[in-house]
Amino acid sequence: MSPLLHVSNISKRFGGFVALDGIELEVQQGECVGLIGPNGSGKSTLVNCICGALQNEQGSVHFDGQVIDGLAAHERTHRGLARSFQLPRPFVSLTLADNIRVPMLYTVHKRTGPLHADSVDARCVELLRLVGLDKKARQMPRDLTQVEMRKLELARAVAAEPKLLIADESMAGLSHSEIEDILLLLKQLNERGITIILIEHIMSAVMSFSKRLVVLVSGKKIADGKPQDVVRDPEVVRAYLGQ
Amino acid sequence: MSTLRFSLISVAIGLVIYICAHLFGMGYLFFAGYTILQFIVLSSAWNILGGYCGYVNFGSAAFFALGAYSTVFFYKFHPLPIPLLIVIGAVVSGIVGLGMGYLTLRLRGAFFAIATLALAVVLQTLVINWDYVGGSRGAYIVREETVLILGYPIQYIEYLFLLMMVIAIFSLVVSRTIGRTQLGFGFATIRDDELAAEASGVPTLRLKLIATTLSGALMGMAGAPFPYYIGYLQPASAFGLEYGVNSIAMPIIGGTTSWVGPLVGAILLGSLQQIATVTISSAVNLLIVGLLLVAFVIIAPNGLVGLVQDRLRARRSR
Repeated sequence: MSPLLHVSNISKRFGGFVALDGIELEVQQGECVGLIGPNGSGKSTLVNCICGALQNEQGSVHFDGQVIDGLAAHERTHRGLARSFQLPRPFVSLTLADNIRVPMLYTVHKRTGPLHADSVDARCVELLRLVGLDKKARQMPRDLTQVEMRKLELARAVAAEPKLLIADESMAGLSHSEIEDILLLLKQLNERGITIILIEHIMSAVMSFSKRLVVLVSGKKIADGKPQDVVRDPEVVRAYLGQ
Repeated sequence: MSTLRFSLISVAIGLVIYICAHLFGMGYLFFAGYTILQFIVLSSAWNILGGYCGYVNFGSAAFFALGAYSTVFFYKFHPLPIPLLIVIGAVVSGIVGLGMGYLTLRLRGAFFAIATLALAVVLQTLVINWDYVGGSRGAYIVREETVLILGYPIQYIEYLFLLMMVIAIFSLVVSRTIGRTQLGFGFATIRDDELAAEASGVPTLRLKLIATTLSGALMGMAGAPFPYYIGYLQPASAFGLEYGVNSIAMPIIGGTTSWVGPLVGAILLGSLQQIATVTISSAVNLLIVGLLLVAFVIIAPNGLVGLVQDRLRARRSR
């Protein structure tokens, strides 16, 4: 079976700084992949190159059997690639329900043809219920707590009905129980058939969630395999703890 | 309320205003009313790009002047009825809006604003050096005393007032419709966060081009009848600072997030300016705009509509 996502030898530079250096990555349909690495290792740049916020200079990205190089970010979302942002970026002038409505109008609409207004409303409520925000549907994002904001961010990404969801540090700065909340949510999404790449610093979360772990250091992939094996890899230990 | 119902009510209100002014029998009312209606169009048009999408356009005068100079061009080339000139003004300004959008929309914030200002300067220089439309000397437009509408002769200024009323209603209907449709949601996401909008599947560049085209076209429509209104058009009046400044100030004072704000702002500021012109001097117009703008940016950054909405929300949650 061909992989859902195939990142082939991509590189990205910012001036003289090499942010990504020949990254090779395959993600199969239905997988839960953890992506870790120290600060500045290129995780977010990789996500930006996959999602179209940045364009890679070398290599190519295949998604769902097609080359998606050069496509704008919104076109990649239309094809089933969704992301959440490291720092939540809600649409501040829209209510929570309307935040969810946007990807449905612009992405799901595009794929399935016009949806009935009632079915869009029902789906908004359903998604907000999934993340436990249904009671706040008519409130504005500024009324939310940090964890709620991250849940909204995930719900908005899921509203686009993606095949692959990339969650970029959706647990940073949260308490233990809040992390459990988000993990449970991600597992539920995976059970619904969404392939997930989780980028995270919190190792307990990554270890409990991922079936496979990929490690980036200084723009290079240094490990890729079962989580238990990867964390014992001497090179990974060296990258995290030093020598 | 459906768009059709809204349009019908707007037309009815417009007719009542016209009949009242007509019964008053004072030509000045039409003269002043025309200016206020013209500002309703300009501020609604500015708000489509500036308020809904968050892209501040300092070059409103350029689009307005394009509409006006299209009219001057055809006046010299082959005179056409004003309704047709309005359509031509819309097409010309709309195309320039699209072109400007394509060239400048990769810029954001202050850089975009400066680019729009530059467009106005470039176009003004072109017009000053274009002899056919009068160049720096300006052009005279001779209009009839009266015009026949449905067999009745009415004063020309009343005819212009009615035309501007139709354009104002049209621009309000367009602005309101956008706010209630998928397009309005898309515009709001661009204003809030373009990166997140793209990630949600919103084609931001295409939407911004739609906004610059629509906004430009409406401004061109406002400008097209202007030479007939003023009688003598020169670059300094068509590209005047007051159009650029008022188009920004009116929506900001009224409130930029809905179609109501520009309407309220235009009526308020437009009337104040007319009163000041008659009672004090037309030179204080821009002073009034400046002072009010500063006051509103400090006291009510979301404009009058925002102020009322905040009060209502606070009362509801009490």
